[in-house]
Amino acid sequence: MVEESMPIKAGLEVHRQLDTKHKLFCACPTFLGELEPEQKFLRRFRPTQSELGQVDRAALFEFNRGKGINYEYDHQTACLVECDEEPPGTLEKEAIEICLTAALLFNARPVDEIHVMRKIVIDGSNTTGFQRTCVIAMNGKMEVDGKTIPIDQISLEEDAARKTTQTRDTTGYRIDRLGIPLIEVTTAPVLQTPTEVEKVALAIGNILRTTRKVKRGLGSVRQDLNISIPNGSIVEIKGVQELELLGKVVKLEADRQKALLEIKEELRKRNVHAEDLLRNYVDVTRLFKETKARVFKEAISHNGVVLAVKLPKFGGIIGKELAPGLRLGTEMSSYAIFAGGVGGIFHSDELPAYGISQDEIEKTKTSLSLEHTDAFVLVADEYVRAKEALSAVIDRAIDAISKIPEETRNATPDGTSKFIRPRPSAARMYPETDVPPTTITDELMLNLTSNLPEKPEITIARLLTKYSLNQKLAKQLLDSDYLQLFETIVASSANVQPSFIATFLTETSKSLEREGVPVGTVPDEKIQNMFRLVNDGEVAKETMPELLKWQAKNPQGTMTEAIKSLGLRMLSKTELDSIIERHISKNKKLVAEKGTAAFASIMGSVMAEVRGMTDPKLVTELVKARLTKGTQ
Amino acid sequence: MVDDFQYTGQCKEILETAYAHVGDKIRLIIKRGNSPEVVEGLLMPRFATRDDEDCVVVKLKTGYNVGVRIDSGTKIEVIGKGTEPHFSRPELPPRQQGLPKVCIMSTGGTIASRVDYRTGAVKPALDADDLHSVVPELAQIANVDASIISNIFSENIGPPFWSKIAESIEKEIRKGTDGIVVAHGTDTLAYTSAALSFALNKPPIPIVLVGAQRSSDRPSSDAATNLLASSAIAGQAPFAGVVIAMHDWISDETIAVHRGTKVRKCHTSRRDAFRSINTSPLAYYDLIHRTLKMNTDDYDRRRNPNDWSIKPKFDPNVLLVKFHPGLSAGIIDWATATGYKGLILEGSGLGHISESLFSSLERAIKNGLVVGMCSQCIWGRVQLNVYSTGRDLLRIGVIPLYDMLSETALVKMMWAFGNEREPENVKQIMRTNLAQEFSERRVIEEKHDG
Repeated sequence: MVEESMPIKAGLEVHRQLDTKHKLFCACPTFLGELEPEQKFLRRFRPTQSELGQVDRAALFEFNRGKGINYEYDHQTACLVECDEEPPGTLEKEAIEICLTAALLFNARPVDEIHVMRKIVIDGSNTTGFQRTCVIAMNGKMEVDGKTIPIDQISLEEDAARKTTQTRDTTGYRIDRLGIPLIEVTTAPVLQTPTEVEKVALAIGNILRTTRKVKRGLGSVRQDLNISIPNGSIVEIKGVQELELLGKVVKLEADRQKALLEIKEELRKRNVHAEDLLRNYVDVTRLFKETKARVFKEAISHNGVVLAVKLPKFGGIIGKELAPGLRLGTEMSSYAIFAGGVGGIFHSDELPAYGISQDEIEKTKTSLSLEHTDAFVLVADEYVRAKEALSAVIDRAIDAISKIPEETRNATPDGTSKFIRPRPSAARMYPETDVPPTTITDELMLNLTSNLPEKPEITIARLLTKYSLNQKLAKQLLDSDYLQLFETIVASSANVQPSFIATFLTETSKSLEREGVPVGTVPDEKIQNMFRLVNDGEVAKETMPELLKWQAKNPQGTMTEAIKSLGLRMLSKTELDSIIERHISKNKKLVAEKGTAAFASIMGSVMAEVRGMTDPKLVTELVKARLTKGTQ
Repeated sequence: MVDDFQYTGQCKEILETAYAHVGDKIRLIIKRGNSPEVVEGLLMPRFATRDDEDCVVVKLKTGYNVGVRIDSGTKIEVIGKGTEPHFSRPELPPRQQGLPKVCIMSTGGTIASRVDYRTGAVKPALDADDLHSVVPELAQIANVDASIISNIFSENIGPPFWSKIAESIEKEIRKGTDGIVVAHGTDTLAYTSAALSFALNKPPIPIVLVGAQRSSDRPSSDAATNLLASSAIAGQAPFAGVVIAMHDWISDETIAVHRGTKVRKCHTSRRDAFRSINTSPLAYYDLIHRTLKMNTDDYDRRRNPNDWSIKPKFDPNVLLVKFHPGLSAGIIDWATATGYKGLILEGSGLGHISESLFSSLERAIKNGLVVGMCSQCIWGRVQLNVYSTGRDLLRIGVIPLYDMLSETALVKMMWAFGNEREPENVKQIMRTNLAQEFSERRVIEEKHDG
């Protein structure tokens, strides 16, 4: 495990969806489709040359895989622009202004003229084959725990399509998300510990939220990291959605790089050289004619082959753990899947397993003339795919001898990461000629400067005085996504304590989230509705967690349905009176003996029956009144 | 080296003074209050120019371009010579034996284009070999020869070009080729296909016109798929004659093959902009399985390449007028007075125009103009016997042109006057179905949903 003291260099890119009326280049709304897709269409992409005449290697990599992409469309959330069937409109003004406001908050210098670029991404996540992106401001900075963190760049880009399916030959994307404006805030690679990365991400989030124009909830924030350790390489890890996971991702990547350096050292000691790794693929299909290994049986029955390759002196190294569940073998497998489109590989360090028998292993070793420190890799598929896959395995093995490859990796929910493609070079960008440059005028900047949103410390002060929140609650609210919603609800809920609303939106919703309730998916309007019911006395405030839980599980459901299905309703005063009467007559003796002093026990037994169906204050009043009456 | 700036005005002067050229690595030191700001990067050409130009475009280390405002107080240092923007051409793939011989003729337009830094527009740039080299799969389906006929935008193409391309095609056919592909901008593609349909009389092989609706400088371009499909069609198709091959729908799955006289660009930007009008496509090409399926039996077969001829002349003195409420008769008088020989009217509905135009029209016809009637409805045929307006037009001498597209009718009349002087002969030609420009029947299956 990497200690906090291990020297790490990390840079952070925080991407956040903007809550604009329209998408970045068309008049589509910025919400996701709830209906079934209405149309599907297929596309194939080719790499283009950048304006500097170089073809990008990451782009070529994708193209060589020859994949088709299936897009899903519905008319509410996408138009011809997202289908790449109509040229883009001009840059959405609202989005530019939000980014410029953020630029001012980060003390960054806006560019004089915005130039939209095409960033080649041919994994299919953009129907054009590129993502439109532009720099809005540069050279900003922020203070976090007394340290100045340089903000290198603030940019504006279009969000990508959502991946929905993945098969061997095609990938499916829903294009509703494509084109939603994203702000991207990039720090310099100066972050040194996992904790610092998390703190900086939180601070960036807080500043972005003060614009009150960013979206909240699952999928609205994505963080990319670039991480390196001494003698390591810069590795980009994309798509960390939860802030809490950032530190772990940094730690585990540093661990991975450290382990890869150890492997490199071990291979040096074993005197392994790149020239020793030969691309001699041996067809061992005949050894597996009777195999119990499901993958092999299937491949052979579809006229596929089983190919094997020797990795000299790699014995024990392929199975070495780099991070939990991640081995050099896993890395080789990712490369093989990427290059050959195969299902995966099997390596000698993990065998016998998966139905491959000891006998089959021995025969394979013999046919490859293996010595005891040597390792081998097997793959079963169509001949061409299998060959491509093993070639990629050899490439990765050669890298293991000399370096940590510069890669783009995808964050997984457990904090580890998976290889997606080689790290792209700067040649991925060329100008988006369909969108004219936008000049940033002094007037616009002056106007934005005089209308800057409240600074966080001022917001805290306001929360303390105006709503009588305590310091802790105010801070929690500021760090959450719900400050704006809080103020909206408070404004329309005169009968509910602001501190209750604040607690509900921070602590309660967080603890529900920990229980696995997808609170983040519940839209603001639905939460507002719940508070309206409380405010109008239709349900007790104690039922709020139940209501939120129900709503998260029933996204289409209405509050009326929720109340019905949860059996919630407020008791009328008459009903309450009769319940109290029943409890008093049950405890006649006690009431007669103790009089008003019987309050606590009567109150307790009544509340046990009516909790969530009435306001406890009313029960107190009525029980007190009734006891007073009883003793007269 | 002044010419290599696409900068104007003050920007140009400042850059010249600093000896900074496009492609150079530069450092800009900009005065901003107390602390000067430094921007470093490659000096990029401007792809959009404004009159009040005061920004230079710099490519940052990150690959992003940004515009930086400069003035006489800005210090510019050239800190390194950069590479000039250029496009390198990948190597051509090796040729395979036994494949059909296909000639790709390049005429410019979107199927062959790249970024123009001066105007910011997409401009023709790739030559025919480029087309071949960016679509290496071509080598698997045909032995490709490439030639450049012209390099002009589709909207700048006119009758002299049609003659030139018809003659080039004739030459290629005489040399012996299995099929011809003409890469052409999409805006006027259907005019050219109509022109070639008349100029080439019963050609023995397929002549496939093709374009792209997304420029070839982007990964999602339809240029490659369309070119690949049209080369396969040109090499293997059983039919002869002029067709347009473009996406059938927005999906990269099927290419529709349209008859050259019955096709129209019906959308400004979609990949499936081209539609067969008043008929169904002649064939479909399946991009996934790379197979061609004929959609009808009614077509000219590939034949012996000797029994055909070409008539490549066109006379541009024909006018296409779209009737609209309030149209002034003056336009017809003007055409008559300025020496026009023919007029194609795009009437409303079944082929009508306002009575207020009748006397001018009569005068025009008396003066020897040939006047044909098409419908602005696009789908359906004209029928001048249904209403009295139509019967009056027939009496005046207007020729109903059945279900011919007005664009096809225009081109056909230009071709007719290119080869015949006598109006009566031209009228006869206009009434004769020469290249399937009329359909005998129109059936329900036709798509006309735009």
